[in-house]
Amino acid sequence: MDTKEYIASGILELYVAGTLSELENLEVYLNSEKYPEIKKEIEEIEASVLSITKSVSPGIKGYGDLLNRMDGANIAKTGTIGNKVSWTAYLGWAASLVFMVGLLWLYQQNDQLKLDLEIVSREKDAMEQQIADSNNSLAKTEDLLKTIRDKNITVVVLNGQTVSPTSYAKAYWNKGEKKVFIDAQGLPDPPNGFVYQVWSLTLNPLTPTSMGLLEDFVDDDNKVFALANPNESEAFGITLEPAGGSESPNLEQLYTLGVATS
Amino acid sequence: MELEIIVEQFQKKDAIAFQKLYNMYSENICGVINTIVKNTEVAEEICQDVFMKAWNNAESYNASKGRFFTWILNIARNAAIDEIRSKSYKNNKKNLSADYFVGILESVTDNEDGKEDIIGLKKLLVDLKEKCIKIIELLYFKGLTQKEVSEELDIPLGTVKTRNRSCISQIRTNITL
Repeated sequence: MDTKEYIASGILELYVAGTLSELENLEVYLNSEKYPEIKKEIEEIEASVLSITKSVSPGIKGYGDLLNRMDGANIAKTGTIGNKVSWTAYLGWAASLVFMVGLLWLYQQNDQLKLDLEIVSREKDAMEQQIADSNNSLAKTEDLLKTIRDKNITVVVLNGQTVSPTSYAKAYWNKGEKKVFIDAQGLPDPPNGFVYQVWSLTLNPLTPTSMGLLEDFVDDDNKVFALANPNESEAFGITLEPAGGSESPNLEQLYTLGVATS
Repeated sequence: MELEIIVEQFQKKDAIAFQKLYNMYSENICGVINTIVKNTEVAEEICQDVFMKAWNNAESYNASKGRFFTWILNIARNAAIDEIRSKSYKNNKKNLSADYFVGILESVTDNEDGKEDIIGLKKLLVDLKEKCIKIIELLYFKGLTQKEVSEELDIPLGTVKTRNRSCISQIRTNITL
């Protein structure tokens, strides 16, 4: 993409103003994640809008004032306590510090060993988990590992979006074989009559192409789905669609989204 | 600390991150509100309401929908417009553009506290044409869409984008003066 032309179009200024459509906002966001110069430009535009809006400010009430008004809301006050501390307290702290140093010396080696042990045991746990999750067949597990470890694989992390901020997924994209494995372990079970649909997104203009559905999601043990992807994807998104899938994505139900950086 | 991290912490209801964001943006937000309601005290009040709203709806913000500042700016404009509508001001946000934010210049020249900011505003507006001031007012302070601006100023849709870009560029130059 010609980023200079894109920047010169003036779309980024409207982005900062907040007057673009939802789809255009998404496009600018994805472009800014992909091209650092676009992100930098957006930040500079924002800085100029900040300076002009600040210059007409009538002055503000302090943050403390706001906290007082929000009293009762679930916000922790972060006031400082200014009481005097006697020298005996300092002595107490000093003594405990000496004690801590001694303890530290005693436990140093032990800690290192424990840490090593924990790492090994976590690795073991992770492996066991992996095998347990793929208990339907050993061959499938091996195939999965081989796929994920393949050096030609591009890993794209899809982060949770507004409808489900805690959701996540990963796409393991083998460009050579035009295949994408979606690890959807981090998605909730879809409600009855709905199915997750995976989209390949290309930018400028933003064009979603369906890669397929995550069928039988609930019954799938390892939640890893293989999909064909002949597209030159720049980003991947997963939306919740009515059973059978949709022609175009319902952005209101965009669960996860991630930019492929090559 | 990176803005992204502060915003993330804020969404996890971290009071310190919230305070940081308040310190970063409250003057801007109050500035925008003040140009709409044209009453310092009311503006300060609404400004705090806006940050309370932001806190209570922290989880509804999402980076893929726009900048954090843009998000809170939008809450602020809506709150300010609601306020003047409830006070039976003219019932059309386009009519609000009768006087531009530079009008603030005249209204606070006697105000000692405001003097430095006024100098700041004057510096920012060096070489800025009247049509720039109008377009910035409509897009950033009033939140009109590209189409609404094109109708309001009677210029082609595409011109809104290019003109606004050159106006913002001028401000960017002026910042470095």
